[in-house]
Amino acid sequence: MLTHEFMRNALLAGTFIGAACGFVGYFLVLRAQVFAGDALSHVAFTGALAAAALGVDVRIGLFAATIAVGIGMGGLGDRAHPDDVTIGTVFAWILGLGVLFLALFTTSGSATNGTAAVRVLFGSLFGLSRGDVALAVAVSAVALAALLGMSRPLLFASLDPRVAAARAVPVGLLGLGFLGIVGLVAAEATQAVGALLLLGLVAAPAAAAHELGRTPFAGLALSVALAVGSVWLGLVLAYEISQLPPSTAIVGVAAALYAVAAAYVRLSGQFGEMSGSSRKP
Amino acid sequence: MLIDAAFQGLSWNLAHDVRELFAFHFMVNALLAGTAVAVMGGAVGWFMVLRRQAFAGHTLAMIAFPGAAGATLAGLPIAFGYFGACAAGALALAGVSGRHSRESAATGTVQAFALGLGFLFVGLYHGLLNGLQALLFGTFLGIDDGQVRTIVAVVVVALAALAVGARPLLFASVDADVARAAGVPVRLLSFSFLLLLGLAVAATSQITGALLVFALLVTPAATAHRLTSRPLVGLGLSVAIALVVTWLGLALAFFSVYPVGFYVTSLAFAPYVVARSLRR
Repeated sequence: MLTHEFMRNALLAGTFIGAACGFVGYFLVLRAQVFAGDALSHVAFTGALAAAALGVDVRIGLFAATIAVGIGMGGLGDRAHPDDVTIGTVFAWILGLGVLFLALFTTSGSATNGTAAVRVLFGSLFGLSRGDVALAVAVSAVALAALLGMSRPLLFASLDPRVAAARAVPVGLLGLGFLGIVGLVAAEATQAVGALLLLGLVAAPAAAAHELGRTPFAGLALSVALAVGSVWLGLVLAYEISQLPPSTAIVGVAAALYAVAAAYVRLSGQFGEMSGSSRKP
Repeated sequence: MLIDAAFQGLSWNLAHDVRELFAFHFMVNALLAGTAVAVMGGAVGWFMVLRRQAFAGHTLAMIAFPGAAGATLAGLPIAFGYFGACAAGALALAGVSGRHSRESAATGTVQAFALGLGFLFVGLYHGLLNGLQALLFGTFLGIDDGQVRTIVAVVVVALAALAVGARPLLFASVDADVARAAGVPVRLLSFSFLLLLGLAVAATSQITGALLVFALLVTPAATAHRLTSRPLVGLGLSVAIALVVTWLGLALAFFSVYPVGFYVTSLAFAPYVVARSLRR
């Protein structure tokens, strides 16, 4: 399996992207901002198609659109925490723009253009080139470093924004920066699992980690580990079963992990109540 | 130049243009189905925004896609796939509902998993690209009489159900705790509403496509909520905006080469921006 270059590329890029998604996802779930991640994944679609329609490198469109919208969404809400309805309204429109760019792109270009849209929506980990992998590793490393640097104040600001604000933690700025990094990661992950499926890699491992983890940093580590594990297992499955697209396999594994974690916690919670030891609320 | 290319066949004579719009059977079907869908989208969407369930609505909209793809793969009628998948999705979402932060994570997981399945189905069914784009972005060209009848029937049932449940649902949405204390079956209502939302999404996505249903559900409703907090006025306003947006969008798409989804979302977004800047 590892003799194939496409597989080595997929594993290397997938590992870094998975780690970044797991890290970002943990905070998204903690801050109840999963919907913002969902919105950014759709913005990625519009950004990529806009770049394609204009004849620019798709990656420029991806990064510019998601980072700009991530920061913009932060600016719309109270303490950089916009509500779901605002997010939904904005990204519904941006998605409409994406459809326009898709039409412009497919009417102006050649017949292969149709597959480009599918590639943006559903990703293509097996089709990454060396350059793509280098970019994925670099972007994920930058995102992880930035997140690690701000993780303590961000944790504080996420768990109790009022007390954090009173302690002079820049809550709004942190929220804004965080959404910007989410945009960065979303753009990178779009290359791997696609705009429509990246939500699974962001939400499912993090949700499982929140079910299982006791302390924040243990949960964070668990979330990263589960995300990377999902990528590896998904890639192996997709390699063995040729019908199965890698994106579907990865998201399927992640969702299964979450289902198992939730079931385990529910069951052990019931036994725990019987024996008198209750989980922390 | 771009505008010239975009609007072929549009003259300055408005009456003539409108007559031309109704000259084709497919366009009449599209307008009928669009009207039905807009009324339901506006009404159900108003409650969705009130209940802060935009994420759930969007997830149900996404679930319509694997439903349709799965039905195509299995050789079943597509409408069956839409309704079946959205009902199953509503059940799944009701199952994971609970504490807020976990709920949004679980909702996201359900959505991504459903999309993954959809991609797998499309891959297994080698009919591929054109079908995929229609499923995701919708088409208003190929709506036949049977589809119009199905959609109108669904809309009548959904609106009747909404009318019956509107008062307790409003109570439960505004203050769940007090409603529960007053003996309103909050959990049952919450589940029924998700089912209704699934129904609305399934009907709508046959026209607008899975990716754009959400615009018709959330944007007119969000605008109405910005402008008024009175329930009946808000509901009426939301339905009215959805109707106007759908009609104009279909008409513009008819006269131009660009897709209907773009017009509907942009036309809906404009009043929202205005409303937002009026009432900050």
